[in-house]
Amino acid sequence: MVLSPPARRAGGKTFGKLLKPAVFVASCLPLVKLAADAWGNRLTANPIAEVLNRFGFWTLTFLTITLAISPAKTLFGFTQPMRVRRMVGLFAFFYAFLHFATYLALDQAFDLGDIGADIVKRKFITIGFAAFLLLVPLALTSTDRAVKRLGFRRWKRLHRLVYAAAVLGIVHFVWRVKADHSLPILFAVIVSVLFAVRLGAWIRRPVRPRSGEPKNADGTQRSPSRETA
Amino acid sequence: MSRRKIGWALPEREVTPEALYLRRREFLGLGAAGALGAAGVTTLVACDASAKGGKGAPLPDIKRGPFATDEKQTPEDDVTTYNNYYEFGTGKGDPAANAGSFRTRPWTLACEGEIKNPKVVDIDELIKWFPLEERIYRMRCVEAWSMVIPWVGFPLGELIKRLEPTSKAKYVAFTSKLDPVQMPGQQRSILDWPYVEGLRLDEALHPLAILAVGLYGHVLPNQNGAPLRLVVPWKYGFKGIKAIVKMRFVEQEPPTTWHKMAADEYGFYANVNPEVDHPRWSQAKERRIGDFLKRKTLPFNGYADQVASLYSGMDLRKWY
Repeated sequence: MVLSPPARRAGGKTFGKLLKPAVFVASCLPLVKLAADAWGNRLTANPIAEVLNRFGFWTLTFLTITLAISPAKTLFGFTQPMRVRRMVGLFAFFYAFLHFATYLALDQAFDLGDIGADIVKRKFITIGFAAFLLLVPLALTSTDRAVKRLGFRRWKRLHRLVYAAAVLGIVHFVWRVKADHSLPILFAVIVSVLFAVRLGAWIRRPVRPRSGEPKNADGTQRSPSRETA
Repeated sequence: MSRRKIGWALPEREVTPEALYLRRREFLGLGAAGALGAAGVTTLVACDASAKGGKGAPLPDIKRGPFATDEKQTPEDDVTTYNNYYEFGTGKGDPAANAGSFRTRPWTLACEGEIKNPKVVDIDELIKWFPLEERIYRMRCVEAWSMVIPWVGFPLGELIKRLEPTSKAKYVAFTSKLDPVQMPGQQRSILDWPYVEGLRLDEALHPLAILAVGLYGHVLPNQNGAPLRLVVPWKYGFKGIKAIVKMRFVEQEPPTTWHKMAADEYGFYANVNPEVDHPRWSQAKERRIGDFLKRKTLPFNGYADQVASLYSGMDLRKWY
């Protein structure tokens, strides 16, 4: 069936309206599955370790998805996902928080001496903790108001911390694993590709002519510090 | 993580491997032959049960062995579904999911090297050599969790005495089954296959060290190392090599799999020691499966009275 333009617009509107709630519900599914598995006694013989691992996995997964949203626009022109990037990013923080809280409360039972020693002595915990700390200011400045208060440029610069958090998070995973590095390496490969797309976009960024600036040899104009995603 | 499932689709693990399917009539023959001899029936029942992921056949005439702990035993379901056995996958549930069709008969143990009479022994013959004992031991994994497991087996030392090591025998090197078709984990070079382990001869002769053939009074489930595995309760679990096919008596310290993989993290001795941390995590505490709070890890996993003398004069930080 061919939709008339108004109908198509209406369909687009419905899609637009449903996108956020749909992503919200989907992002809650790992939690729903966890609850169901806990209820059905399917969290292995060592449920605390299982919960810890699952939250860690979902943190990295949501971080990777947020990092994929701008490359999706660059490569394929998908702009709709940009509308849910903040939500996906906040879910990454949500799962990171649950991961950290599980470690504090369930794994270590708030034994602050042990936790402190872990963070100082175990480099995989040091680095995981650092990754979590990097996400905190990003979650705190995720409101429109924070963007206004900081100014878009500064806000954007601050939010580049997500790259560091993702790298540290993946290293945390690599260092945690005993022998089978396939999953952490998969994360590393995906995130590297996403970084490469960003780098490519940055190198080939369009130049904005500015009057009064010296022209390059080829006649184009150089613009200082273009916004990059 | 979550895979979409179709209602009627069987998981891959339940599909009978083609090789096994093609041999199905041999099993019928085996069954008929087994009716003549109880051992044959036991074997068949054991295969059948483990294929369904249920219990193995009950083992007869188990006497209660020494060193039993009276601590609460880890539920059998946990012991048989939470395993590190990378030959069947690196996930804790993978061995229980993938080891069901693993064939543990026919099976032989090659005993070779510095012994008077090198020989290849059939597993059913080997089991008849010694009275089976129940040994209720703590098992401490290097990953800082632990269980209490009622093994069924016989002292490794009894077998060694029977093999009569020569004066040159200083170590025992164990080799696990190499069979990438049946052990899909071996198709990936996560570890250097086959899995190998070793003990100093005096460790191997210690009465605590056993070769296990059962668990909770039943034939050892495949995911726990059937048909024959090592249990050395004062050492980290990875020393307990599973599905053993060879014991070689040697003069030099033999290579061991995890040590080859990461020498700074896993030593040859691998004695449980709360004071020597794994480089990446503390070994001071452990979570007993089923408990919420961690407990303190004991030197030599609580068997210091029995085994500490084996290491007198040794710097346990150096010889971790």
